[in-house]
Amino acid sequence: MDFISAFCSPGVLCQILLGLSRTVILFIVASGLSLILGVLRIPNIAHGSLYMIGAFMAYTVSRMFGGGITGYWMAILLAPLGVALVSFIIERGIFSRLYEREHIMLFLLTFSFALVFGDLVKMVWGAEYRSVSMPRFFQGSIPIFSVPFPIYNFFLLLIGPTVAIVLWLIVNKTKMGKISRAAAVDREMVGAVGINVSLVFCIVFVIGCFLAGLGGALVAPIVNVVLGMDHTLIMEAFLIVIMGGLGNMWGALLGALIFGLTQSLGILIWPQFGIVFPYAAVIVVLSFRPSGLLRSTW
Amino acid sequence: MGGKKSIIPLLLVAILLVFLPFSLPRFYTYLISLIVTMGLLSTSLNFALGYGGIYQLHHGVFYGTGAYAAAVMIAKLGYNPWFAFIIGPLVAAALSLVMGIICIRLSKLYFGMLQISLGSLVWAIVYRWYGFTGGDDGIHGISVPSMIGSTKGAYYFTMIVAGLAMFFMYRILHSPFGSTLQGIRDNAVRSQAIGVNVRRHQLTALVMAGFFAGVAGVLFVVVDNSVFPNMLFWTLSLEITIMALLGGWFTFLGPMLGAAIIVLLRTFVSTVTEYWTFALGILLMLVILFLPEGVLGKVFEIWKRRTSAEIRG
Repeated sequence: MDFISAFCSPGVLCQILLGLSRTVILFIVASGLSLILGVLRIPNIAHGSLYMIGAFMAYTVSRMFGGGITGYWMAILLAPLGVALVSFIIERGIFSRLYEREHIMLFLLTFSFALVFGDLVKMVWGAEYRSVSMPRFFQGSIPIFSVPFPIYNFFLLLIGPTVAIVLWLIVNKTKMGKISRAAAVDREMVGAVGINVSLVFCIVFVIGCFLAGLGGALVAPIVNVVLGMDHTLIMEAFLIVIMGGLGNMWGALLGALIFGLTQSLGILIWPQFGIVFPYAAVIVVLSFRPSGLLRSTW
Repeated sequence: MGGKKSIIPLLLVAILLVFLPFSLPRFYTYLISLIVTMGLLSTSLNFALGYGGIYQLHHGVFYGTGAYAAAVMIAKLGYNPWFAFIIGPLVAAALSLVMGIICIRLSKLYFGMLQISLGSLVWAIVYRWYGFTGGDDGIHGISVPSMIGSTKGAYYFTMIVAGLAMFFMYRILHSPFGSTLQGIRDNAVRSQAIGVNVRRHQLTALVMAGFFAGVAGVLFVVVDNSVFPNMLFWTLSLEITIMALLGGWFTFLGPMLGAAIIVLLRTFVSTVTEYWTFALGILLMLVILFLPEGVLGKVFEIWKRRTSAEIRG
């Protein structure tokens, strides 16, 4: 009984809520990765860099608008669009010419972008810590069983499901989404019926990268925006996508949920090595379901 | 490899390498040791990637593990260095076996993605375990036997060990096992159909590659007397993949050449600008766009075209 009462303590509840808001960020980034992986078959390792660029752009935009509530909303709006623009340029400029190549070449190409972006961020924003000021609207916290819980994290808990639903609508209810799902299964066939597959790929790539930028912009007020913030995140996103099933959006949600919760609860159990728990969860999942929890599109 | 003909140039290179430290400043001796270490690492990656067709995307983790195992045994546990040098690669091979068993069921890029993320767990543990691994500082000033303690001593030790390791890898790749491995790379389904145990062959190749990466890790300990967590970070793994790609990954000596180019470039670009990663990224892009078969692959291609033209002419 001791265990159960300990498990229901306010501290644990608070940790679960924090884990859930972490889940939201992870889901938004991983769903973009999963989308690109499912349709284009590229494990885009530059995805983490785009997340970082999103966070830095959010910093710049919010500074430009004076750092208040307007600045925040403009940052949320403009930073992902900026990232989408960057991704559009690299897709049209380089990727679209190389889709016929082996996948490992495309993977290494995304790595070359990660390298270049890392240093570009250093050139533009420098290597110091940056922080995006939290607008007054989101400051403060709501007590849950006498433990204060930041308002911003509640906001994130609202954003997560919204993004999931919008993404589901795009993928399942629009013509564009249906074409992209068909292209994921058989791109030659889709091309043969007269659809511009290259354009479809471009749109999917840009949407995926937009999500990376959105994740970065959303996370900016609660973390230090700094060079290297992409490095661990991209690995986490990889694991989430593998755990959930490659290319499956709900899989990304489920994976992010498992990852976020095991991480936040693991810290309570073993503070120094809390990071081990999500990885252990991945290994357990894969030993029972080698191709991920949900059906992969591959 | 051109069979018997290539023995003479190799011998000349070997003789050159023996006398080089007497005419070079200490820094260049160190640099050559480093190049050979990275070249061995990259060759061991190519063992799995180029010849085995296994997407070994996080090879650096075995390199770092071998180095850390040796370093921790010497600096923290007080074992005899020679003994530690033998155990280091074995630990790397053991890790390679464990990770291989987890990942091998998945194919191609899926395998690589899982490996790269599991490897980052090893990195995270090394990074946080201050008491044992020195955390983000790593371990410095590892005492190696005085015989190989000097720059020259380390150089000769590196040359001998790397030479032996390269020889063994070459022999393995040209044994029936190596041919089977390349058969699996070219067509796994067909290999399976004629009765080859595909997974066991791939797993064996992974363990061997991990072992030789561990050897490279031990060499780094000898050359640099230090270890740090970045040796297991995934960016390093992709850097050695670039070395293999740049040199030519269907050639045996390509990765060594690629390592030489990258290490030299890094050394000299870093003196000019702090944006080395930027330069590396651009270089990688150019290689993928214009030289996907690598420098040595291109040389062989031109050479082959010329000889066939001579025959025709």
